Amino acid sequence: MKRFLLFLPLLVAVAVGVFLFAGIGKDPTKLDSALIGKQVPAFSLRDLKQPESMLDESLFRGEITLLNVWGTWCPSCRDEHDDLMWLAREKKVSIIGLNYKDNRDDALVWLDRLGDPYSTVIYDPKGTLGFDLGVYGAPETFVIDASGIVRYRHVGVVNGEVWEQVLLPVINEAREKG
Amino acid sequence: MFRIVCFLLATMASGMSFADVSAVYGFESRSEEQRYQELISELRCPKCQNQNIADSNSPISKDMRNVVYQMMLDGASNEEIVDSLVDRFGEFVKYKPDLDRRTFILWATPAIAVLGGLLVVVGVVVRSRRSGKAGPELTAEEQERAERMLAQRNQNGNG
Repeated sequence: MKRFLLFLPLLVAVAVGVFLFAGIGKDPTKLDSALIGKQVPAFSLRDLKQPESMLDESLFRGEITLLNVWGTWCPSCRDEHDDLMWLAREKKVSIIGLNYKDNRDDALVWLDRLGDPYSTVIYDPKGTLGFDLGVYGAPETFVIDASGIVRYRHVGVVNGEVWEQVLLPVINEAREKG
Repeated sequence: MFRIVCFLLATMASGMSFADVSAVYGFESRSEEQRYQELISELRCPKCQNQNIADSNSPISKDMRNVVYQMMLDGASNEEIVDSLVDRFGEFVKYKPDLDRRTFILWATPAIAVLGGLLVVVGVVVRSRRSGKAGPELTAEEQERAERMLAQRNQNGNG
């Protein structure tokens, strides 16, 4: 019994070590979205490219889409733009943009100059839909299934690797479930 | 002189950035303002992670403070306000997580540590008592000798 007590500190240290080791390598800045498994929040915002038309959450019905949150003020968005173009062109992915806390003129110039990967862009200058989605920094990319339910949120830049390893598996799973 | 001017400028600049953090909100009463301060100091900024939204200067914290203020004006309770933010940003934004299965260990750790400490103290005390009692008693001869020594010492002390 006494012998065993001598080993107690070692056991505690090993247990704590294992627990802490599991946390190494996790990126604490990437949070799971609180909306996973829930419907896209209701909204009513203007279309960036057609200012006279209003958009709402029914936009996400019918097919699996990526919802990409971007703004011209966001350097990483510039970084991922070419990859979004590639996804839209080569992979035929339907991408809806959320132009977040930006202004229309800058955004349109950006799309004109760099290309437009988005089927539709929601214009959210005050960031209201962004807030409801729990967006805390652009770029963020949500996977939304055909019935408008959020399946996944990726914080940070989308590129070929993220697409292959993260987004595509989620999309395939959403497809299987119907 | 130049240094003093620099210092003054720096002080003023720091004042300005502070003013930006605490945007001016009007409150009907002192207690409402206090409630607001408590709420924003208990909510965590999702972007900056180790700051509450009261301290943080990030745009998202600004938005969150705004929403807290608006909801207060609309007569929402503290719980409603916190829940609406948790619905959007996740449990992460609460500095005080709810007590449930996942967070049980987190909440129980202090109690477990105190209990463990108490057990150790009790163990040590019990053991020392026991060893004290179990100590060999003095024989009559030894007792006599001890008394003699004590008496001698007392005499020396007096003398």
